[in-house]
Amino acid sequence: MIGVVGAGSFGTAIANLIAEKSEVLLYVRDPEKAQSIIKNRVSSNQKLSDKITVTIDIEEIATKCNVLFPIVPSANFRKLMTQLAPFLKPYHMLIHGTKGLDINSSIEITKENPLSRNHVRTMSEVILEETCVVRVGCLAGPNLASEIDKKYPAATVVASAFEEVIDTGQKLLKNDRFLVYGSSDLIGIELCGVLKNIIAIGAGAISGKGLGENAKALLISRGMVEMIHIGRVLGGNINAFLGLAGVGDLVATCTSNLSRNYTVGYRLAQGENLKEISESMEEVAEGVNTINIVKALADTYKIRVPITESLYKILRGDMTVDESHQYFMKFPFSPEIDFI
Amino acid sequence: MRPIVLIKKRDTPRKVYKPILKDSNSWPVVQMSKKRDEFVKLVLEESYENLVDQPRGRTLREELEMTTYREKMRIKDNPWKVDPKDDYDFWNNIQVKLVESETLEKEDAIKVQNGLLKEITARYADEIAGKFKPSSFRFVRNIVTMGFARLLNTARVRGPWSLLSNQLDLDDKIDITGHPNELRKLARQGTIVMVPTHFSNLDSVLIGWVIQFLGLPPFIYGAGLNLWNLKIFAYFMNSVGAYKLDRRKKNPIYLETLKTYSTIALREGCHSLFFPGGTRSRSGKIEKALKLGLLGTAIEAQRQIYQSETTEEGKKLFIVPVTINYHFVLEAPSMVNDYLKLKGQERYYVENDEFTTSFKISKFLMKFFTRGSGISVTIGKGMDVLGNYVDENGSSIDKQGQIIDPRDYFKTDGIITEDKQREQQYNRILGKKLVKEFHKNNRVFSSHLLAFTAFRMIGKKHEKLDLYSLLRLSDEDSIISYQDLYDHVKIVYNQLEVLKESGEVGFASHLTEDIDVIIQHGLKNLGMYHAQPPLAKLKSKDIKIENMNLLYFYHNRLVGYGLEKLFK
Repeated sequence: MIGVVGAGSFGTAIANLIAEKSEVLLYVRDPEKAQSIIKNRVSSNQKLSDKITVTIDIEEIATKCNVLFPIVPSANFRKLMTQLAPFLKPYHMLIHGTKGLDINSSIEITKENPLSRNHVRTMSEVILEETCVVRVGCLAGPNLASEIDKKYPAATVVASAFEEVIDTGQKLLKNDRFLVYGSSDLIGIELCGVLKNIIAIGAGAISGKGLGENAKALLISRGMVEMIHIGRVLGGNINAFLGLAGVGDLVATCTSNLSRNYTVGYRLAQGENLKEISESMEEVAEGVNTINIVKALADTYKIRVPITESLYKILRGDMTVDESHQYFMKFPFSPEIDFI
Repeated sequence: MRPIVLIKKRDTPRKVYKPILKDSNSWPVVQMSKKRDEFVKLVLEESYENLVDQPRGRTLREELEMTTYREKMRIKDNPWKVDPKDDYDFWNNIQVKLVESETLEKEDAIKVQNGLLKEITARYADEIAGKFKPSSFRFVRNIVTMGFARLLNTARVRGPWSLLSNQLDLDDKIDITGHPNELRKLARQGTIVMVPTHFSNLDSVLIGWVIQFLGLPPFIYGAGLNLWNLKIFAYFMNSVGAYKLDRRKKNPIYLETLKTYSTIALREGCHSLFFPGGTRSRSGKIEKALKLGLLGTAIEAQRQIYQSETTEEGKKLFIVPVTINYHFVLEAPSMVNDYLKLKGQERYYVENDEFTTSFKISKFLMKFFTRGSGISVTIGKGMDVLGNYVDENGSSIDKQGQIIDPRDYFKTDGIITEDKQREQQYNRILGKKLVKEFHKNNRVFSSHLLAFTAFRMIGKKHEKLDLYSLLRLSDEDSIISYQDLYDHVKIVYNQLEVLKESGEVGFASHLTEDIDVIIQHGLKNLGMYHAQPPLAKLKSKDIKIENMNLLYFYHNRLVGYGLEKLFK
């Protein structure tokens, strides 16, 4: 039996994908939500496969499943891992699908010791930090949940330092309309999924202002460069960004109004503020938190991240979307590509 | 001149550890040596199987051709005294047979080539295993139990320094701290893999002494074949269970045989010793990226033990990191030169060559043991093969403090499986953990603190210079005022104290709070027997840097703790 932890839209989509081949145990944290899913067999607007059993017992999912897919918002990820840790054993395999960053609060952030890579954790690093599990991997790629639900063709990347984790991920997820690539660059692939959310918010803002496709393409390609610069500081290498999880996911999230992060940008451009937007959204847009973290990191490492920086100001209400695009048109981008 | 010895004789007698296994016949290493032929045969069989099984992107013929070619080159370019007389004939013969095999039918050719592979593996296995003589073991055990000190005393008598009075016993010079009792306990329950830092050729001798002092049965370890060139070393190592490790041979057949040897020995319960850096740390830095080759055999052996057990009775392997600290490393001048040459390439040229010539290790030993110099050996906490700490019962404890079963690391769907790639990753995890432990167990010596501070002060003063220009500073640029030094030592000391509080480093027992005393002690001990010690005190009380390279070498001992930022 395979475990999926978290019944958000992506978690549900992955659970349904796996259920095409295996029995699935789906962990839902909120008992009320679990009740309603059990009753209606619908989770995050997706019909649930018959092979999925819903549980609210975290111990059950750890003892019954050797392979777990944690897919919960990054803000809850560490807490979930500490709850799961007592029941996890070194034989477990964890392949997460969360696209956010975590700050390890045990290391103090001071003026002399500003936010740096020492404080920031990817989700796989949180797993290694909080549990005894070592066979860790992640899922990333252009995987809009509602399209997976509609059974449209798509592909994903499973990344892990362990070949057996990649093999397991492929075995469980692959079918005739879903391709699974493997990568050994776990950190790089995780960063792709995390950083693209920043650019997606920007792309949404451009659409919300109706600035056209040229402008959006400009943002996407410059965004890609920015992602690579940040990624390098955080220990990712370029190759990952040029693949399915990098440019692939970036294009999908920046052009589809199905993406949450895109929606945040779109509504910002329409004049709403962040508070209003967050309150009315069902699920968390990871990009917002990522922007805050990356902005602080860029300050520490003194790298230029104009897109992240203006989005940071827009989110805080210090800049309007209109002002930002004027700022961009004057920005001195000299060499176009300087990282290869 | 009489050496300055600051470590006084102990007032209270040192604790004496009784042997944990009284009957030497029960020592795994004795068992192994008694069955040497069987053992070598087993090594041959298993490495042969592994070599045939694993595809390496070459045909067997290509593999054999390459090996033969390299071996012949080695014999021609780099012959050693210990090499067997028939070395050339052997490889020539292999080459002839290999060429002949090509005229045969394919099947027959493969048969011949497999035979050649077996022949080579057998030769390697026999060479690696060394020549233990069971009959001489009693004698050897006596030497071990009598202790090194005695052996070295004999050497002393003949040595030029033997007339010096006031010689200290080895016990008084070596300070053992950390978890020796835990180590003794673990050695009764399982198989120990001791992993020390490596700065000096003395390390293997020192560790040998520590092992017998703690009452542990002898360990086996892979010692560089070059050490067998020296009679005194060869004698000693044949007796404590050293096997031979030839760094000139880097071909896959040799490496496989070597790994198999180590794996089987561990599987059979022989306590083993690995120097994970592979070689002495040329720069004086604590190993950062460990050479993981032989360490991986611990993981493999553990998995094999678990695979072959019927109930859960299989012995556990315990990894024990050991950090060794010296005020003085005799090889430092030549090693740091090697290091700088390697790193700097053409930017670095050696101005003064007197120390780069090799010197006799035996002379070095004599010098070392007849003169006093503080040594500290820190026995780290025991860990399982994944780097989890173990409690005193040998159970692995995870980060949450829960007991975990290491078997689970090797399981897929409930069954223990062999997965080379997985074990490579585990090896990496263990390597990282060891590096961390080395830093934690490192003990700050006054001399290292002084060297670090002085070197960084000069570096700060000449911020624009790179390392190589810094090392060639002129005389007038290399004087540090005492007060300035005092202030900086204090800053570094305070930061080190913070690190010590959080368990990231330890302090040597001689390290007092009084900065003046630290400086005095450091000055007296820092590289005390080099022809030209790194630092000298001027009449004005100020400090002059006499040898920048050596200062750099000793300074490196405190690199890796983020102390550099104190000098920005």
